[in-house]
Amino acid sequence: MTTKHSSPFVTALRLGAIAGGIAVLLSLMGMVETFNQRDIVQGVISVGILLLVAISVIFGATTARTLSETQVSVRLGASALVGAVGELFLVGLVLLGQQVNLRPVFPNASPELWALLQFGLSAPQSYLAMLGFGAVCGILGAGLTLLSRRFRGPVIVGVMAVFMIGLLEDLIGITIASNPMFASSQAVAAAKKFLLAGGVETGLTKAGAVAVFLVAAVVAFLWPFLRRVARSRTQSMTAGRQHTLALVFYGVFVVILLILPQFLGPYLTDVSNSVMIFTLMALGLNIVVGFAGLLDLGYVAFFAIGAYTMGVLTTTAVGGESGQIVWGPGLSFWAALPFAVLFSFSAGVLLGIPVLRMRGDYLAIVTLGFGEIVRILALSDALKPNTGGSQGIVEPAIPTLGRLTASLSTQQLYYYLLLACVGLVIFIAIRLRDSRQGRSWMAVREDEDVAQAMGVRLVSTKLLAFASGAAMAGLAGAVFASKVGSIYPHSFDLLKSINVLAIVIVGGMGSIPGVILGSLVLFGLPELLREFSEYRYFVFGAVLVAMMLIRPEGLWPSAKRKQELHEALGSGSEPAPETAVSPGGAGSA
Amino acid sequence: MAILSSRKVVKRFGGLVAVNDFDLEVQERSIHSVIGPNGAGKTTFFNCVTGFYLPEGGEIALDGHMLVGLRPDRITRLGISRTYQNIRLFNNMTGLENIQVGEEPHLRAGIVGAVLRTRRVRQEEHETLEEARRLLRYVGLAGHGDLLAKNLPYGSQRRLEIARALAGKPKLLLLDEPTAGMNTQETVEMTAFIRRLRDELGITILLIEHDMRVVMGISETVTVLDYGEKIAEGPPSEIQKNPRVIEAYLGRGSAARMN
Repeated sequence: MTTKHSSPFVTALRLGAIAGGIAVLLSLMGMVETFNQRDIVQGVISVGILLLVAISVIFGATTARTLSETQVSVRLGASALVGAVGELFLVGLVLLGQQVNLRPVFPNASPELWALLQFGLSAPQSYLAMLGFGAVCGILGAGLTLLSRRFRGPVIVGVMAVFMIGLLEDLIGITIASNPMFASSQAVAAAKKFLLAGGVETGLTKAGAVAVFLVAAVVAFLWPFLRRVARSRTQSMTAGRQHTLALVFYGVFVVILLILPQFLGPYLTDVSNSVMIFTLMALGLNIVVGFAGLLDLGYVAFFAIGAYTMGVLTTTAVGGESGQIVWGPGLSFWAALPFAVLFSFSAGVLLGIPVLRMRGDYLAIVTLGFGEIVRILALSDALKPNTGGSQGIVEPAIPTLGRLTASLSTQQLYYYLLLACVGLVIFIAIRLRDSRQGRSWMAVREDEDVAQAMGVRLVSTKLLAFASGAAMAGLAGAVFASKVGSIYPHSFDLLKSINVLAIVIVGGMGSIPGVILGSLVLFGLPELLREFSEYRYFVFGAVLVAMMLIRPEGLWPSAKRKQELHEALGSGSEPAPETAVSPGGAGSA
Repeated sequence: MAILSSRKVVKRFGGLVAVNDFDLEVQERSIHSVIGPNGAGKTTFFNCVTGFYLPEGGEIALDGHMLVGLRPDRITRLGISRTYQNIRLFNNMTGLENIQVGEEPHLRAGIVGAVLRTRRVRQEEHETLEEARRLLRYVGLAGHGDLLAKNLPYGSQRRLEIARALAGKPKLLLLDEPTAGMNTQETVEMTAFIRRLRDELGITILLIEHDMRVVMGISETVTVLDYGEKIAEGPPSEIQKNPRVIEAYLGRGSAARMN
């Protein structure tokens, strides 16, 4: 595209204004200030300042990319301008804020914020500093686009590594400290001292930051070579040996997963458990939305049904006294689990029947309604004798593993249980995906009418999709109920359905590894960054919007599996381009 | 022997009568074309045959089986398959997968078998794949089966759609403008291919076409629709000279002007 829309100057002004708007928004929201309390690199940069840096860098890069037809000097100049204009907005904010009391409308508009934005300097040097800061960051962003791909990737990976480790610094410290194996090791202690600044929210040491950056960048740089070497090595092996190698890899991976709780400590194990519960749900929803293209916004209903079934069937708090339900057989966890899955499966069929003829938006609204119906029924007084109403059900059963139970902590118990469940569900999902049923689902997703014209029975195909997804959610719900120890209707709201849908979309619709990655990113990270919980949903929404703009296919899109070709054409066959279903494919228009 | 017979089929959309009292008999193993100006009701009729539309009146029978009122997948299983005017492949699936979906009427594996991968299921999957490869070869797309359908060139997409339609092993194949968008060379190839289908596989072909070279070239019978009504039927040579047909295409008075 060589159409020239507007001059670089105007482009820079436009993008700079957007950047400035975002910076002002984040400042007034209090994000910059709150995040400023945590250092990424001690004494050098805090998360708050990093936020401002990121804005200018990203917009600088965007500017450079938009102006990719122009000369390098023009690009750099424009990017510098973008950064400066962005900061100009902040300068304006500071000036305004110092004259006019903005606090009634924006409680965060405090002198501390002005001082922070001015980097602790006083006017007029501070304003110059701010503009300069913006310009430099903008140029850095442009510089990134100028780097060849080989170098850009490692640089970004290096920065991300510094960011992640700095962000999680105290968590890492606590985990190491609470682990008897690490706490006593000299080497670990020395490494810790070198890398981490110790203390709370202090981030990495300067030397540590440099070290982390270098290591991560070097690894990222070498990665393509290593991959190529590994690939050529394995391809030259016989099929039998390849198979063995794959088994070994999987074996090692499984072993690591099994011993992970030892290293993670109780808090992180608990976080992993929550992530795994979400993963189970996401895997189920992936079948409904990702494979079959049925946009289900009421998915939490099945999660609730699984949870409540487990609750009702296993709780011992039965008797009709206030806050207790009237009937409960008091089964064990294991006895109740199949029922929970079965009931959810049936619910999937039942709720699927009315929506068989609906598509796209209508399907979404109706399923959303069903989700809410289930929650309201659970909350209602009418069903209170059986579901406990707003007081819910307490004391569901805990799974027992015979003699093993005693040797495991609660978190570890649920960890292994969930690990087994996730493994099983992944296995089932993969088998289904690569089967006749999986193809029918995908055909329905692509073009329902034509799928039917090809002989696909829509009713059973759709119901099976709903039911399979529902069963997985039910499984997740049952374990959730047991783990959390109480089942309240408030846990099963619309937001949960949307959260799970977000995982599927951000991870990559129809992609099993993508969904796992999505849970880690969207639910693992916020759990680890508890102190930022105030802004959690803001970041969540921003991430979703960003994903849709930048990478709508998801973090790890489903690759089309390549099948072995027995016939080689003269021209050979081109590799299948990797794409996944675009979000617009879910439900035909 | 008529393999498809439709009697007095009527399809209305609100006040618009798209197909009016349409009678059609397609002889087994013949190549039968339905032609007519745009909007004459040809595709609408196809949709009535395949069950996508429910006609307001009339009967359609395939080999004696009544089709009206049956669900589309049921009709397909009785032995009818089709392609579409604007190609409707499963775009984000590979060519082989598209064809495998087409084999649906003959597949039996259920989800329990899928998860357990019993021997029967593995066998069926293997056969499904082999059959899909075979069909791919038959339509001349060997080796391109792993490309996503949307990434195939236009001509290949048309051929893939035919392969997918053949996968169900139909007795009757409905082709909706199979040469649309093709140049002369491609049209000639497609025409020869359609004839091969009938000659080698014994399938009856019912064709909607606008390209007169194709129609006149391979059809044994031609039925002409205009404004939803049959205005002529017969071998191509007669249809070419039929004044009503000429007028339908070229306007009133054209037939007179041509003489």
